[in-house]
Amino acid sequence: MLMTTTITMPDFVLYALVAGIGVAIVMGATGVFVVWRRMAYFGDTLAHSALLGVAIGFLLGINVNIGIVGVCLTIAIGMVYLRSQRHLAEDTLLGILAHSSLALGLVSVSFVSALRIDLMTYLFGDILSVTPADIGWVYGGGTVALGVLAWLWKDLIAITVHEDLARTEGVNVLRTQIAFMTLFALVIAMAMKIVGILLVTALLIIPAATARRFSRTPEQMAVFAAIAGSLSVALGLQSSLMWDLPSGPAIVVASALIYVVSIALPVRRIA
Amino acid sequence: MPDGGNPIGEVLVRGTGISVRHGRRTVLHNVDIQVSRGEIVTLIGPNGSGKTTLVRALLELESPESGQVQKTAGITVGYTPQQLAVDRTLPLDVRRFLEMSGVTDPEVLSNILADVGARNVLRQEIRMLSGGEMKRVLLARALLREPDLLVLDEPTANVDVHGQVEFYELIRRIRDERQCGILLVSHDLHLVMSATDRVVCLNGHVCCSGLPGDVSTDPAYLELFGEAASAVAVYAHDHDHHHA
Repeated sequence: MLMTTTITMPDFVLYALVAGIGVAIVMGATGVFVVWRRMAYFGDTLAHSALLGVAIGFLLGINVNIGIVGVCLTIAIGMVYLRSQRHLAEDTLLGILAHSSLALGLVSVSFVSALRIDLMTYLFGDILSVTPADIGWVYGGGTVALGVLAWLWKDLIAITVHEDLARTEGVNVLRTQIAFMTLFALVIAMAMKIVGILLVTALLIIPAATARRFSRTPEQMAVFAAIAGSLSVALGLQSSLMWDLPSGPAIVVASALIYVVSIALPVRRIA
Repeated sequence: MPDGGNPIGEVLVRGTGISVRHGRRTVLHNVDIQVSRGEIVTLIGPNGSGKTTLVRALLELESPESGQVQKTAGITVGYTPQQLAVDRTLPLDVRRFLEMSGVTDPEVLSNILADVGARNVLRQEIRMLSGGEMKRVLLARALLREPDLLVLDEPTANVDVHGQVEFYELIRRIRDERQCGILLVSHDLHLVMSATDRVVCLNGHVCCSGLPGDVSTDPAYLELFGEAASAVAVYAHDHDHHHA
């Protein structure tokens, strides 16, 4: 299926690899915060809401990525507000938002079926159809994301350790949180193309979890997570080509395998 | 009772008529409190009496429904939270934790740890610390900021009795050496009475306040703490001895 005569193999494989690694680096560096701040379910919620962004993008005739970022941000801010109202437990709130936004997204997509949105592409990703323009978007957005992350880094760590302590030491907690949410929305929009909505959280969390055992500082963990994610993309793509597997899930399976293998590896003890 | 010639200085923070509500529940009602330079003020009260809420209001982490908090301009506040729940997935050693205060000179960090009695933990993972070590490391981080006002929320919870006595001595020494004001939240009645200049007894409102000796015989205090209070042998700290 992949060996068509019109596409030379090196090109689309190269595009997929380059874009995939770009996304994996950004997701590794962002993912560590998702793990430290226990935001896995929150990430899931944002990812689920991304489909609604796709539908809105199509309906309004704007760039789909803008639609995704817009919806993710709205959901993130809505979540912050609802949490402050303290009516429901956080996981219940997230469950409501995740499933209702996914359902709303599916319903909305059905309106634009005439435009032929390939639902599977958005749900599970389609890294093999990456174009040079996509690569530009991934690396442009990725550079911005990493820049923002570097700028927020110290304050984010401080808030992760203890929010009140950070605040008494002069960290602007609200500004930092909003900036991180924006970053998060951007990363999810980027990652969707590669692994799809349903697997985004996996690529945020699994490489970060893999990195934990080998890291002694937060920065090390972010770098190792980026490396583990990149390896997952390379390995997943390779097996996807070799055995004709769906690429997004193959990448996630690869990252899970890397995690399992990493558990078996001995860790150099701190002297 | 400023003992040993400890001069009470300027007012560092003053809360006037503070009322706080969480939802429909009134947590604090019309509370007055102030802390001045050179004194140790201890906030006592049963669980749910609003101690932590009052501290949060004074630190401007929470805005009161009415009343106001005045902090003297230009003072630095050091704060040690009740506990630190660092996720076990976050690799963070003590050194890195202390560096978050803005001070990174390793010698300063070692000295401050020695000062609070937590030597040799600089390279330890923060989540591997014992309860007592953690309290000392938290205190070290607050001290690195060279605070004028030190706010300690339950600094001796999860510390054994011997450790508590030591800790209160440490706090007195810090006050003596640095001439800062200290606000302490506690429910170790016995030790608080011996290590404090002024006690504020809280139960949603200020039940009573004053010198430890006076508060311990106040009917409102006795009613609030009942059995526990009568078991407390208050010993006024006549300073004819020296702390090692």
